[in-house]
Amino acid sequence: MAVVDWVYDGLLALLVLGLAAGALYSLSLYRAVVFYIALGLVLALVWARLGAPDLALAEAAIGAGLTGVLLLSALKHQPNKARLMGWPWLPGLTGIAILLLLIMMVKAVWGLPQGMAAVGQAALLAVPESGVEHPVTAVLLNFRAWDTLLEVLVVLLALLALRQLTLPDETFPDAWPLLLAWSRLLAPLSLLLGIYLLWRGADAPGGAFQSGALIAAGLLMLRLVGLSPALPWSRFGVRLSILIGPTIFLLAAMATASLGAGWLAFPPDWSKALILLIEVAATTSIAISLALLVGSDSRELNQ
Amino acid sequence: MTEFQLFLGLGLLLFLLGVHGLVLSEHTIRRLIAINVSGGGVFLVMVSLASRGDSVDPVMQALVVTGLVVAVSATAFALRLGSALTRAESSDREGDH
Repeated sequence: MAVVDWVYDGLLALLVLGLAAGALYSLSLYRAVVFYIALGLVLALVWARLGAPDLALAEAAIGAGLTGVLLLSALKHQPNKARLMGWPWLPGLTGIAILLLLIMMVKAVWGLPQGMAAVGQAALLAVPESGVEHPVTAVLLNFRAWDTLLEVLVVLLALLALRQLTLPDETFPDAWPLLLAWSRLLAPLSLLLGIYLLWRGADAPGGAFQSGALIAAGLLMLRLVGLSPALPWSRFGVRLSILIGPTIFLLAAMATASLGAGWLAFPPDWSKALILLIEVAATTSIAISLALLVGSDSRELNQ
Repeated sequence: MTEFQLFLGLGLLLFLLGVHGLVLSEHTIRRLIAINVSGGGVFLVMVSLASRGDSVDPVMQALVVTGLVVAVSATAFALRLGSALTRAESSDREGDH
C-alpha cells in the first residue's frame, strides 16, 4: 500500500475515534449530536474506502442524515445537560472490563482465515442467475430476500409502535428565506436522485433502501421548512403507500411458495420483473415510513 | 498490517468506546448515541471482514445495509419513547405541587 493511502486511512481512523469520543463524552448534548452526525459522514467515507459504495450511500442518507434529524428533534423535548454517572469506582471498573473484552475480541477476530467466506463466493458465482447484475442487490432481493422482507416488516412495526405513543404537536419556527429557496431546489432533486438510485440498483451501487432514504430526506426537508402538508395516518393514500411494500413482498413470497420452487425462490425468467416490482413497492413504503418515523407529530400518527 | 486490519481494529475500538459511553452516561439521548456508535463499530468489523478477499463479499455488505435500516427504525422508536417518558415524568412532578 502506498504511503498516501496510509496517511489517508490513518487520518480517517483518527477522525472516527475523535468524533466518536466527542459524541460520547462532550458535556453539551447538542455538541454530542453534531459530533455524531459528523461521525456518520466520516464513516460513509470509510465504507467507500473499503469498497462498499452501497453502504456509503446508505450511511450518508440514513446514519448521518435521518438519525441526525431524529436526535436533534429529540433534544427539543429533553433537558440539554449531560451528566456522567456519579459513582467514583465506575469508570475504572468499566475500563478494566473493556480491556478484557478488547483482548478477547482481538483473539477471536485475528485468527480468522484470509480470503472471502464460502457463502460470499457462492453468492458472487450465482449473480448471473439472479436477474440483476449488482451482487449486493442480488443478495438483498434474491438470495436473502427473507432478510429484506423481515426488514421491511421491522420498519412497519416501528411505525405501528410509534402510533401507540402520545406524540407532541410539533411547531417549527419560520424558515429562513434562503433555506426555503434551497429546499425548493433540493427536495425535487432528492426525489430524482432517489428514483435514479432505484433504477441503477440493478447493475450498480444503489437500490431500494438508499433510494427510500433519500426520498424520505427530501420529504422531511419540505416538512421542516413548512412547505409540505402533514401526512396523516387517517388518509387512505398514506396508509396504502406504507403498506404496499410489505404487501407486495408477501404476495410475491406466497406466489412463489404455492406456484414455484418455494418461499421467495424466484423463477429465473421472472426474477428481473419480480425484483423490480418488489423494489418499487418497498421504496415507496420505506420512503413514507422513514419520513413518518423521523418527523411525524400527533396530528399525523395519533388520529 | 494491511488496510483491512487497520479498519478491523478501528471497528473493535469503536464498539468498545460505545460500550464505555453507554455504561457511563445517564441521559437517554447520550445512551442512544452510544448504542449507535457501538453499532457503527460492529458494521465496521463486518465490512472489513467482507473486504479481506480479492473481491468484496456481497453477503456481508447486504447484511450491513439491512442493519442500518433496522438501527434507524429502532433508534426512532427509542427516542420517541424517551421523550414520552420525560414528558410523563415532568407532568407527574407538576401534579405533585
